[in-house]
Amino acid sequence: MSLIEMSVNLGGVRMKNPVTVASGTFGYGQEYADLVDITRLGAVTVKGVRNRPWEGNDLPRHVEVPGGMVNAIGLQGPGVDGFITQYMPFLREKGVPVIVNIWGTDIEEYCEVARKLSDVPGVAGLELNISCPNVKEGGNAFGTDPQVVAELVGAVRAVTVLPLIPKLAPNVPDIRVFVRAAQDAGADAISLINTIPAMVIDIETRKPVLSNRVGGLSGAAVHPVAVKLVWEASQVAKVPLLAMGGISTAGDAIEFMIAGATAVAVGTANFIDPSTPLRVIAGIREYLERHGMHAVGELTGSLV
Amino acid sequence: MFDFLCEVIEHDEVSKEYCLLKLFAGEIAHTARPGQFVHLRIPGLEQGSLRRPFSIFNTDKGLLWILYKSVGRGTEVMKKLEPGEEVKVIGPLGNGFPLQREVESILVAGGYGVAPLYFLATRLKRKGVLVVGGRSADDILVTDMFVGMGWRVVVATVDGSSGVKGLVTDPLLDELKRVEATGGGCELFVCGPDGMLRAVGELARQYGCKAWLSLDKHMVCGVGACLACVQKLRRSDGSTWVGRVCSDGPIFEAGEIVW
Repeated sequence: MSLIEMSVNLGGVRMKNPVTVASGTFGYGQEYADLVDITRLGAVTVKGVRNRPWEGNDLPRHVEVPGGMVNAIGLQGPGVDGFITQYMPFLREKGVPVIVNIWGTDIEEYCEVARKLSDVPGVAGLELNISCPNVKEGGNAFGTDPQVVAELVGAVRAVTVLPLIPKLAPNVPDIRVFVRAAQDAGADAISLINTIPAMVIDIETRKPVLSNRVGGLSGAAVHPVAVKLVWEASQVAKVPLLAMGGISTAGDAIEFMIAGATAVAVGTANFIDPSTPLRVIAGIREYLERHGMHAVGELTGSLV
Repeated sequence: MFDFLCEVIEHDEVSKEYCLLKLFAGEIAHTARPGQFVHLRIPGLEQGSLRRPFSIFNTDKGLLWILYKSVGRGTEVMKKLEPGEEVKVIGPLGNGFPLQREVESILVAGGYGVAPLYFLATRLKRKGVLVVGGRSADDILVTDMFVGMGWRVVVATVDGSSGVKGLVTDPLLDELKRVEATGGGCELFVCGPDGMLRAVGELARQYGCKAWLSLDKHMVCGVGACLACVQKLRRSDGSTWVGRVCSDGPIFEAGEIVW
C-alpha cells in the first residue's frame, strides 16, 4: 500500500482520518466499543449535552420511513457534569479525539457548558447544536436566525479556546448566510446538516406517530439534500466543513468531500451497521489509491 | 457483544403465523443468557432498513433459536429466509433474567412471549409452572417442550379454544393463591404485551412477590446509544430515572417500572 495522507485538521481538531460519527448516533462511544475499534475513528462526536441532566421526549421517539428514520429523542442526557465524570474517562483512555456536541435553552447555558468542557483533558472540540428540531426551547430557533447564530457563536467564542463547530440547520432559505454569520463570529469549522424537520401521521388514528408530533429526518433520504447544502456552503466557507447526512458508503462520504467537506460524519448508518465508519475510512483510502491521489485533502472541493 | 454474519441452518413454520429460525451464531449463542436478545439485519428489506430485535428462544451447540410471529414488514420478509442464506446478527444484548433463585419460579407468557421463558426454563435448577395465555389455541406455542423438561403448564385463551377461557392473569391468580396457601414464596418471570406485564406486575405486588418483566419496545441501535427505547423507572429511594430498555433492560423488576 502506497503512503496516503489521511489526516485532516478540522479547524484545530486534528483527526488521523476524515471520518467521525454524527452526534446522537453513537452514544458516548463506549456503547459501541465492543463492536467497533473506536480508536480507528478520526474523532468521536458524542450525544448532545447541556448544563444539567435532561430526560428527553416521551415515546414514541422514532419511526422508520423509506430511506431512513424520523426521530424526536429530545436530547436526553446526563448533563455536562455527568458526561465529564461518567463518560470522559473511558474516551480519554482510548486516546481518540472527542468532539462534544453542546446545547442549551439560552446563550448563557451554551457558555456555561463550554466553560466547563474547556478544562477537560481529551475534549478536542465543541460542536454547537443550534439546529435540533426536537426541543421546544432553543434548538432550531437559534439555528434559523443568522443574527442569533452570530450572537451565540460570538458569546461561546469569548469563553473558550476549544475549536468551535456550529452545526447548521438545513431548513433555511440560504445556507451561505449562516456560514458567513458563524465564521465571522469566530467559528473554527462548520458542521452540516442536522436532521430535516419532518412529520409522520398514523392514518388509522389520525394522530402524529411521534409523541413530539414532529421530528428530524435522517438516513439515505437526506443525502442529496446535504450534498447540495455542503456544496453551497463551500462557496463562501473560509473554515473547514464537517459534512453529514445519509452516509452509508465510502462513496457517499467522498461525494461530500468533492462538494467541499474536509471531514465527514456517519450517522444513522451506525444503527444498521456499526462497522460503517471503518468501512468508509477503508473505502476512501482505496478510492484515493485508485485515483492516484496522495492526500485526502486533494478531494476537498475538487468538484469539476 | 458480537457482530456476526450468521448462516441460516433451519427455518420452519411451527404453527399458523409463527416461525422458528435457527442460525449458526457461534460465540453469540455460547455467551447468551436467558432474557437477552439479538438485533437482526433482515436481508431482503430495502437498503437502509433498521435492525429488528428478537428474544433468544434457545441456544444449542452454537445455534441460536429465534421463535417469532410474523407481525409486520420486517418479519414478512424474514419469513422467506432459506437455509444457507446469511443474516447479520448483533448480540447477545441486554441484561437477562436473574438466575440463582431460592423460591418457586412461575413463568408467565403472552403468546410468543414464551420464547425467552423457554431459554430461562432450561437454566433454572428448580422446575416450576408455566402459565401461558393467548387469544386462541394458535397463540399457544411449544408447551410440550416445557412439559418434556418436567414443567407444569397451565393455559388460558380468550376464546376458550385451549385451556381455561380467560386471560393469563386468571390461572396466574390461582397459582399465587396456591403458593400463598402453602406458605411458600415465588417469583414471576414474565414476557408479553405491555398491558399483560402491567397487570401481572400489579398481581405480584398484591401477593408480595417479585416479578421480572421482559419489556418489548421498538428499538433502533439495540446497544444503548440512540435512546429511542427508553422507560421511566423508579429507584429504591423513590427517585425516578429514564433507562434504556435495550441496555439497562430488557428485564426490569415490576416495582422499578413507572407505567
